[in-house]
Amino acid sequence: MSTESVPWRTRLGAWQARLAAKKIAAVVKDRLPTRNGVSQMARFEGEAMRWHLNGTTLEVELHREPCNEIGTTALAELESLVSFIHHGAGGARAVILFSSVKRGFSAGADLRELYEGLVARHAAGEHGAGRSPMKQVAVAHEVRGFIDRIHAVMDGLDTAPLTVIAAVNGVCFGGGFELALTADVIVADKSTRFAFPELRLGLVPGFGGIPRLERDVGNAVVRDLLLTGRSLNAKRAQEIGLVSQVVSRGEALTVARKMAEQAARFDPETTRRAKRFAKPLPVERLRREKDLFIEMMGSPVVAKALQKFVESTDVRPYLP
Amino acid sequence: MKREDLLKTLMTLAAKRFERDLAELQPSDDFFAKLGIDSFQAMELMTDLEDEFDVEVPDYELQGVTTFDGLADVLERRL
Repeated sequence: MSTESVPWRTRLGAWQARLAAKKIAAVVKDRLPTRNGVSQMARFEGEAMRWHLNGTTLEVELHREPCNEIGTTALAELESLVSFIHHGAGGARAVILFSSVKRGFSAGADLRELYEGLVARHAAGEHGAGRSPMKQVAVAHEVRGFIDRIHAVMDGLDTAPLTVIAAVNGVCFGGGFELALTADVIVADKSTRFAFPELRLGLVPGFGGIPRLERDVGNAVVRDLLLTGRSLNAKRAQEIGLVSQVVSRGEALTVARKMAEQAARFDPETTRRAKRFAKPLPVERLRREKDLFIEMMGSPVVAKALQKFVESTDVRPYLP
Repeated sequence: MKREDLLKTLMTLAAKRFERDLAELQPSDDFFAKLGIDSFQAMELMTDLEDEFDVEVPDYELQGVTTFDGLADVLERRL
């Protein structure tokens, strides 16, 4: 179809989409620093993860006990990872994200760090001597900074110019689920459970999970998971199209390696172009999710819920 | 499936998953206490049960459920 035959509104929409994509690429590059040459390293050993090149596959192992909670340490390492991937990934043709932690892929955001680092200070500002609109603005600014960084990382993984496979097991909750949703394909072992438990904390998922699940599966599934907080097992997740393959316990990485080898057989530029076409970033929805999350973080409901979680000695804090 | 068969199967799965002697488990036992498990491990058990009985059990139906008998009630509604 020639440009002339396309209505001007459609042309404008396409132009805006291209502009948005360029802006995202710029944001990803700008916000993902190259620290001490880390972005050039084909082997990395960090506190939350390690990665190395295995043939043409970059294998990223999440290894932080108890269940790969995502806080500032994991965020900084993910930034280095995304920077490395967007600077050639040492020649890798595929990336596998997996966990060596028995409990699962990731339980999501580090709620203790979130509580101690942000909400507790916010609460002190409300009830203590530090109460001032300026302080509250500063806290909101800090939350915005963290969310902007995590979104840049997730967008960077989502738009990585190679095939990204999440090989998941056990708990894949909240931010961990959102991390898995950045992958192009999810391979899940039978122990996997996916959930968005954020409403229990007075929040919505804030790492881009809702727009990505909407894009990949559909809004009815989002509502079911979001509004009930229930978890899905791997089999059900495959039935709804979220998971590509369900495998025996402990076999997700092996199967993902085979898949990565297959993906590496194709021309890299063809893969990059096909992926860009098949997996558009839901830019506007991501922006709105960020705004909503930041707005909700200021609520006393969140502070109370986080405090309850952090101080709980119940063996069942994750059950409704 | 008869109730007693259901209970036996779920207690067998629990004993196997958490390496306990089946003879030590009773339907009225608090499975958190008896098996010494936390919420993550309880989810592992539910995953085993969903797989075994080919059902889907929403987490919220487990609210307040602490005994094998209670688990059997939840599963029975889905079979």
